[in-house]
Amino acid sequence: MLKVLKSGFYTTIQDGGRLGYLNKGVPVSGFMDSFSAEKLNLLLDNDTRAAVMEITMTGPTLEFEEETYICLGGADISVTLNNNPIKNYKVYKIEQGDILSYGRLKVGFRNYLAVKGGFQTAEILGSRSWYYPLTPKSHLKDRTEVDYLSCTSYDPKISEWQVDYFLDESVLEVARGPEFEFLSDRQLESLFSKEFTIAKDYNRMAYQIEQKIEGHKISMLTSATLPGTVQLTPSGKIIILMKDGQTTGGYPRLLQLSDKAISILAQKKYGDAISFKLI
Amino acid sequence: MSKYPLSIRPFGVHAILVEWPNEVQEAILDDIIQFTSYLESNCLIVNKWEIVPAYNSVTLVLREQPIDFDKLKQRLGQWYQESDSVAARQRYLWRLPVCYDIEFGIDINEVSEKLQLSVSELIQEHTSNVYTVYGIGFLPGFMYLGGVPSRLEIPRKSAPRLNVQKGSVGLASKQTGIYPQESPGGWNIIGNCPVSMFNPKNDEPCFVSVGDKVQFFGIEKATYDLHKIENEVGIYKLDKTEWDA
Repeated sequence: MLKVLKSGFYTTIQDGGRLGYLNKGVPVSGFMDSFSAEKLNLLLDNDTRAAVMEITMTGPTLEFEEETYICLGGADISVTLNNNPIKNYKVYKIEQGDILSYGRLKVGFRNYLAVKGGFQTAEILGSRSWYYPLTPKSHLKDRTEVDYLSCTSYDPKISEWQVDYFLDESVLEVARGPEFEFLSDRQLESLFSKEFTIAKDYNRMAYQIEQKIEGHKISMLTSATLPGTVQLTPSGKIIILMKDGQTTGGYPRLLQLSDKAISILAQKKYGDAISFKLI
Repeated sequence: MSKYPLSIRPFGVHAILVEWPNEVQEAILDDIIQFTSYLESNCLIVNKWEIVPAYNSVTLVLREQPIDFDKLKQRLGQWYQESDSVAARQRYLWRLPVCYDIEFGIDINEVSEKLQLSVSELIQEHTSNVYTVYGIGFLPGFMYLGGVPSRLEIPRKSAPRLNVQKGSVGLASKQTGIYPQESPGGWNIIGNCPVSMFNPKNDEPCFVSVGDKVQFFGIEKATYDLHKIENEVGIYKLDKTEWDA
């Protein structure tokens, strides 16, 4: 068991996502920044979809009760293992009673803690990803426990990774969305020439953008939406759906973020700059 | 069977959108169900693809790899022409209990005044219609039900509530439906259904599918309480009949 001494701001368990229930209105969920999370699973020789801990902004303090191997990645946060600083994308051996403690957030927004074999929280509809109320918990609370398998010996093929870092990237590569053709020249001009900033309203469901563009009067029937779908409200507000985003919507879908762009955006927080680039 | 002109467009690299004419129509929905039945039985590997029908569209999602759009577009056009060769999947009419007591139907008096119907006329009207499931989304198990008669059309509330109770039955313009979980919402609440529309413990967490029909019937508070318990322990027997389009 992993004992949660302090839970942090918003810590959840996420895996490769809940597939197969979009037609029943169930979002995919899963790693917000799959780019980082999957790399950690590779370093630990886990299935790339194995469950990891997703740590948002202010991280937890955790005590390990069994031996294992861990690896951290994603946002750059100062983290200590028994008071010694540790690095992202490097495999560490964990002994019984070791304490992992998250400190100050430096760059990015979400850090991932992967453990050898993946976290073993309950699988619900084929996934361990937390999505309340489909799963009993929305996020980690103090003094709870999270199950993992013990591992006494593991010889990583690569013990440290020089990651092609993208935390400082702010350009989101996008494809045309289904309603792209409805955009006026003026809307197009603002979408692709402006720099935007993340508004206060941003979470695992959606990121809202601070600056508005010209609105519209398009009335469309409700239709499917995906993580990375960029919607435009009639008043001109831009909303980018993320992993816990609703599976259908009635706003025009202007753009669709690439997988990499979703990971880049997942590391942004209030006030950070982004721009769109059509591919 | 007359076929519709379809618009097939890319939706990012992992999805493709197939669109029928921009109208809410039973005939279009029937054609969509026919087409998706054919795709599921003859064309797509169902555990790799997700097929999401809603109103006048079907979105096909493939997560593992990028889609070859041009190739798939051409194939979809061909499959659409062949889709009558299989029987469409069986559709059902679900009859769902609703308690319209003021305890649950917190807006029922206001709605009755605005629509100039007595509360009993309102209940009579709401329960006599058979509604069509045009889509499932917004929340897990949330049905977009069409077929609301004009006598029951009422705009959504000007200020949405932060917490609408699970099971709440609402009315908003041309739609009615059930909130499958506690959630913020702006619909006018006229009752509550004790049957869970979504249960993650079941292999099939939501018994209703797009294309099915729903009809409500009124129940007393005592019956509501009983069904609520039956639902919680998993012995509530759903009223389900085959529906042939």
